[in-house]
Amino acid sequence: MPTDNIMVIAETGSEGLSEISFELLGAAQTLVGQMGGRVVAVLAGCRVCEHAGALAERGANRVLVVDHELLEPYRAETHLPVLVEIIKREEPAAIFLGHTFTGQELGPRLAFRLGTAITTDCIRLEPAGDRVVMTKPLHGGNVMAEYIIAGSPQIVSLRPHAFAQTGPSRSTGEVLDMEVNLEGGQTKTRLVGTIREDSGKGKQLKNAEVIVSGGRGLGGAENWHYVEELAEALGAAIGATRAVVDAGWVPASLQIGLTGTIVSPELYIAVGISGAPQHIAGMSGARTIIAINCDPDANIFKYARYGVVGDWKEVLPGLIQRIKELREK
Amino acid sequence: MDIIVTVKQVSDPEIPPAFFKVDEAARQVLLPPGMSWVMNGYDANALEAGLRLKELHGGKLTVISLGDYKVRDTLKRALAMGADQAILLDDPAFADGDSYTTALVLAEVIKKNGSFDLILSGRQASDTDAGQVHLGIAELLGIPGIVPVLKVEKTGDTLQVERLVEGGLQVLEVQPPAALGISSEFYEPRNPSVRNLVTAGRSQIQILGLADLGLTASQVGKSGARCQLRRLFIEARESCVELIESDPSAGAGIKLAERLHDEKLI
Repeated sequence: MPTDNIMVIAETGSEGLSEISFELLGAAQTLVGQMGGRVVAVLAGCRVCEHAGALAERGANRVLVVDHELLEPYRAETHLPVLVEIIKREEPAAIFLGHTFTGQELGPRLAFRLGTAITTDCIRLEPAGDRVVMTKPLHGGNVMAEYIIAGSPQIVSLRPHAFAQTGPSRSTGEVLDMEVNLEGGQTKTRLVGTIREDSGKGKQLKNAEVIVSGGRGLGGAENWHYVEELAEALGAAIGATRAVVDAGWVPASLQIGLTGTIVSPELYIAVGISGAPQHIAGMSGARTIIAINCDPDANIFKYARYGVVGDWKEVLPGLIQRIKELREK
Repeated sequence: MDIIVTVKQVSDPEIPPAFFKVDEAARQVLLPPGMSWVMNGYDANALEAGLRLKELHGGKLTVISLGDYKVRDTLKRALAMGADQAILLDDPAFADGDSYTTALVLAEVIKKNGSFDLILSGRQASDTDAGQVHLGIAELLGIPGIVPVLKVEKTGDTLQVERLVEGGLQVLEVQPPAALGISSEFYEPRNPSVRNLVTAGRSQIQILGLADLGLTASQVGKSGARCQLRRLFIEARESCVELIESDPSAGAGIKLAERLHDEKLI
């Protein structure tokens, strides 16, 4: 019998549970509050059991742990059958994944294997009877669409930072170790290495409180040092638009946007960025956005709290110098 | 090495946000008149990846698309860029489908087309940004599906795939056949020469419909779709920007720094 539970696929990274796990729990908790059911978290990986407690303390009624050496490093090929087996046993009404590099690969495949459907990159969820209405931006956010999935389970991947994280819950959920058959068949994909990309002179983008980001308006890689100097003056992380990454000025790991990292810092300073929807999708969650652009009609000004219409080459030296003075006081 | 590249024709992604309109009753996006249709940018990156592999290792490159007659323009551009063969899946029965029905039709035609080593697609399309169809094809064909892919190379019988992950890359060895969703950073698409465009303009595109595939009308298009579009709308956005002005603009930087300091933002 299908349940009315919501299953959350937790994610771990090098620093333990990823933030998205708590965002998924937050969205699931809100929805079961409106629709009934319980929140079931799945934690699959190798030596991950130490993280189960945090999920149980922050919104999961039950945490199902699959701890196996074959699940590390992550590959879709090994994780998929494990998730499918657990889903078939648990029969959740809905499954929430993060729209992360992992979720982007796993989600659609999971949906097709289970004979159901997925809505990817959702930013809002609402109940409608026993269905979940899933809102997703189209055309880079210029148009919004609400989808309903007729089949079961209803699967959705949630855009990072679009949903609030859960705090500590009143009661702690139970943690269960799952036995899953992982033998069987040779895999066709093998991990041979991991390359860490240098984030340049700035701090790590993820979780940065202040980000300075540069766009095509900077004119060329030779001007990138202006962005680095402003970031240094502020102790900020450095980001870039897709155009800048595609032009090869900076590595892909610096890209902020729909297909890069999604950030929500306290302060975001956009230099020479027009505000293409692709980029807006990655930073519109910032608390305060500052835009410096020579085009007064640039889309970025619709999102900015403070703006300067002018040539960045003239604006930045004064800004950097004055910030240094003010911060030294 | 025989390669399949799936392409989608999309509305020009550079359309300014103010030009978008929606017919809420018909649940349709109304595109500005005179707007151009283009090959999805990520699909162009995938095609470029395929062409480079073909140049190094030989073999045949086939482009496949699902859509109406307009899509012939995109397929002809793919031929001008260097694809060997183009197939268009055009049938009223395919209309108003979803990612699943599109993947189903494409997987059927790929099976029909014979053996292949690699399927390349863009990681997502710039209109729906769903990123599902290529993974659906991989699932229906029972082969590895990897996204988002920065780079792919072939040594002997093995593919070396660089997959984007948070803060870096995973390097994977993959046994073909496999389906890869290509990202935009590495494969800058080539511009076809005028001469190749003219030649491609005269070349034949194979057009296939439902009757050519082993599928029934109830499996495809609107009747086969598993996702229902309930509502389509535009979210209005009011600007609340405070512009910091100064003449000359060199002073604006100083004023901005002071404003941010007053607001305790720095």
